[in-house]
Amino acid sequence: MSFEIDYSFVAFIAFATIALLGSLMVVFKKNAVSAAFSLILVLFSFAGIYAVLGAHFVAALQILIYTGAIMVLFVFVIMLLNDHHTENDLEKTGFLLKVVTSLSLVALGTILVKAVYSSADVHPTGTLNSDEIIRLGGSVQVISEALFKDNVFQFELLSFLILAAVIATITLAKRGTKSSKNGSET
Amino acid sequence: MIFQLWMPLVLAVMIFLIGLMGVIFRRNLLIMMMGIELMLNASNLLFVTFSKIHQRVDGEVMSIFVMAIAAAEAAAGLGLVIALFRTLKTVNSDSIQLLRD
Repeated sequence: MSFEIDYSFVAFIAFATIALLGSLMVVFKKNAVSAAFSLILVLFSFAGIYAVLGAHFVAALQILIYTGAIMVLFVFVIMLLNDHHTENDLEKTGFLLKVVTSLSLVALGTILVKAVYSSADVHPTGTLNSDEIIRLGGSVQVISEALFKDNVFQFELLSFLILAAVIATITLAKRGTKSSKNGSET
Repeated sequence: MIFQLWMPLVLAVMIFLIGLMGVIFRRNLLIMMMGIELMLNASNLLFVTFSKIHQRVDGEVMSIFVMAIAAAEAAAGLGLVIALFRTLKTVNSDSIQLLRD
């Protein structure tokens, strides 16, 4: 009696369980700091799922960008605001609204699961399976060729978007300091 | 059981709905933004899984774009939250009533 264990299945189930429990903790934790740290857990397990899927470059970028940059920003802002009086804002939502929203979310989930499940076994339109990606030089090689050859215009547009976001953030931050200090900047 | 490619799709749908639940149920602006991040991550997982199903690499490129847009969104949104906290001394979304007289 010998049946082999599918290690990617075990890894996927472990990461998926961590992701589901962590995201429920993000939604239902009262404290913002513990919600942020649960979100970091969720993002790490998403990186693990990308690695199970074979998208190693996206997994590395997930850890670098999400947990390295975005979540540090979140934790900084939470500690900067230091909003001690954490009232239980979950109880302010009415009971009827909660029930109706949960039912409609379940309905939406049923439709979405049916849609994605039926589209999971389509015939592949490309030829880049994992052996072909290894033959072409790995995940980073293939993705960077697609990114900088076919999608280079969209890539440059994205840099303008980030520039606009940086200018907007600086403007928002500066206007607050000027009004609170009455124009006397040090 | 073996790992099949419909499993991450179902997981992505569940995470998306949990994130949407966070945006609808909570009143704390920071946790609402965390719900938005959960939804963006679920869409990223859908992109990567469909890129594996179709054996193309376009979905992974698109997920990199989504990550960059999420970074820009987090920076601008947290800047707005800080500006709001300076004005109102709270991060509760029910107390944003500046346009009501």
